[in-house]
Amino acid sequence: MTEPEPLLSVRHLTTLFEVNRKTYACALEDVSFDVYPYQTVGLVGESGCGKSTTLLSILRLLPPNARLSGQVFFKGVDLLSLSEQQMRAYRWKELALIFQSAMNALNPVLRVDEQILEAILLHRLMPREQARQRVHELLDLVGIAPQRGRQYPFQFSGGMRQRAMIAMALACSPSLLFADEPTTALDVMIQAQVLELLKDIQKKLGLAIVLVTHDLGVVAELCDQVVVLYGGKVVESGSVDQIYNSPQHPYTQKLLESFPDLHHPSSTLASIPGTPPRLTELPPGCRFEPRCFARFDRCRHEAPPLRQVAEKHYAACHLLEGKSPNAGSI
Amino acid sequence: MSSSHYLLRKFAFALLTIFIVILINFVLFRVLPGDPVRAVIGRNVKISAEVQQSLREQFGLDKPVFPDQFLMTMKQWASGNLGVSWSLRRPVAEILWSKLWNTILLIGLGQILSIVFGVVLGLLAGWKRKTALDAAALTFSLIAWATPTFWLGIILLAAGSTWLGLPTGGILSPQNVGKPLHTVLPDLAAHLVLPTLTLTILYLGEYMLIMRSSIVETLSEDYILTAKAKGLSQWQILWRHALKNAMLPIVTIIALNLGFTVSGAIYIETVFSYDGLGKLFQTALTKQDYPLLQGAFLLLAVSVILANMLADILYTLLDPRVKSS
Ligand SMILES: Nc1ncnc2c1ncn2[C@@H]1O[C@H](COP(=O)(O)OP(=O)(O)OP(=O)(O)O)[C@@H](O)[C@H]1O
Ligand code: SF4
Ligand SMILES: [Mg+2]
Repeated sequence: MTEPEPLLSVRHLTTLFEVNRKTYACALEDVSFDVYPYQTVGLVGESGCGKSTTLLSILRLLPPNARLSGQVFFKGVDLLSLSEQQMRAYRWKELALIFQSAMNALNPVLRVDEQILEAILLHRLMPREQARQRVHELLDLVGIAPQRGRQYPFQFSGGMRQRAMIAMALACSPSLLFADEPTTALDVMIQAQVLELLKDIQKKLGLAIVLVTHDLGVVAELCDQVVVLYGGKVVESGSVDQIYNSPQHPYTQKLLESFPDLHHPSSTLASIPGTPPRLTELPPGCRFEPRCFARFDRCRHEAPPLRQVAEKHYAACHLLEGKSPNAGSI
Repeated sequence: MSSSHYLLRKFAFALLTIFIVILINFVLFRVLPGDPVRAVIGRNVKISAEVQQSLREQFGLDKPVFPDQFLMTMKQWASGNLGVSWSLRRPVAEILWSKLWNTILLIGLGQILSIVFGVVLGLLAGWKRKTALDAAALTFSLIAWATPTFWLGIILLAAGSTWLGLPTGGILSPQNVGKPLHTVLPDLAAHLVLPTLTLTILYLGEYMLIMRSSIVETLSEDYILTAKAKGLSQWQILWRHALKNAMLPIVTIIALNLGFTVSGAIYIETVFSYDGLGKLFQTALTKQDYPLLQGAFLLLAVSVILANMLADILYTLLDPRVKSS
């Protein structure tokens, strides 16, 4: 059996924000990871480590002060090399996005069904009458009574808005869905429902999902692969099993420790002391060095490369030198 | 609550406000100093007590203020009779009506031009923020907004009449007064150029600044990012998603400004000796023509209230959230 081709291949993605004429904030550096068809990839890390920036860089939705380099191959095409016009054809039709706050992600003065319809008509997928029918089906799919599509977003509860957002994201049957903390703004009960819905939809429609979340429990439940970001760099990536059962990077280990154990809820939380580095004055060596319990001399001067430690399992730490099976790096 | 319900309540509220204004208007002009009879006749004319008395009876001033005078006045106002001007010796309602159209013509033109240019300029400036266009539009608007009406009017008047040979004031040249409208249109237009230009510049600054900040704020909203993520072009985002939201604040300002049409006309009409309501008020004030002033105040108040109601109606049409709150 041959390996399937990755749907999305991010290679050496680097994103700088021009803060002023001389200063750049390095939000992402040399980020590489793959997303395979039908898979769910969890993107985790502390606040400010560049999770949203990764998604927005791939879709090229960042404000004008952003400078991108590297490659983002989607079905073999480097999205970063496309013209704005060509890129627009990919947005939503192939890659859809759900954000953090469904509160304001829908336009307050337009009816919900019109907003969904707009996406279908924009990409000329079908005639208007048929598209209307499809909007009905989509709303039905996410558990919203289709008549309620005539309402405005403010008449929806938080959970319903996020469902409507999901319906909208599915409108053009994308092959890849980005979900940026889709449940943080919701209360716990609704969170569970929305996640259940995402899981369902993935099964039914067979799309790939990149899920950004703080919640490692959600990752364990929903994801196949995990990418751990720290200070704008990938520090570790691998399958859920590899990451949870044999985390290689000190940061990943601490992150897992700081998460309440699902099986032993009474165990105490160990939070990681210190804060992530400032993006305008990054440490020259390993970015985690100031907070790392295992640091040594070399970590201060030299940035560790991302090394392969097992089949499709990568980590960036000097401690892992020589440990890898075939010492490859991407 | 349904929107018709909401508007009905607003309408009732507007009626109530108008009634209160009428009440205040009535009281105000009873407590002001000055003897109406004297004002009508002139201060220095000697008249006999009997004549004075008969005049008082004629104006109903011998009866008690409340309820007789009040009820009589209300009955008159309700039938559209606002009394007779002391200085012009003509019915107040008729005078106001004839001047109203001149003012609406001038202020209306000024408003329409400043709205169109202000909104478009503000939209472009906010959209292309931090470009040379934005900087230029911003500077111009701030200066325009800070400029006093009188000063700008006089400068334009001097410049326009000297270099462009435009008329210095009035609505029509004397030889054209009374001729049919369509034959004097070029003359009318020439007279309107300078005051309209002054008004346009003055209001444009305000509209542009509000529109600019409104569009900047709107474009930073999450739903704009959603629209972009859906694959819409910049123009489609601006037209379908940003414009309606960004227009909300400006619609209110426009509607409210319409309410100040009458009072706002005072300066401009004085500078350009334009024969409208503004100039009429100035005359009424200097001549202490109480009935005329009273009618003018009533018109002012009613136009402000109606403008408020218009703002509410427009807002309801544009923003679906209003109805439920
Ligand atoms: N337009 C911008 N200009 C300058 N810096 C920016 C800009 N956008 C984001 N950043 C910076 O990039 C870094 C990464 O931000 P990002 O939003 O990707 O973090 P995140 O991992 O999604 O965090 P959170 O969990 O809080 O959502 C942050 O430090 C942020 O301040
Ligand atoms: S490279 Fe050094 S500082 Fe960085 S994680 Fe590994 S041990 Fe810690
Ligand atoms: Mg984020």
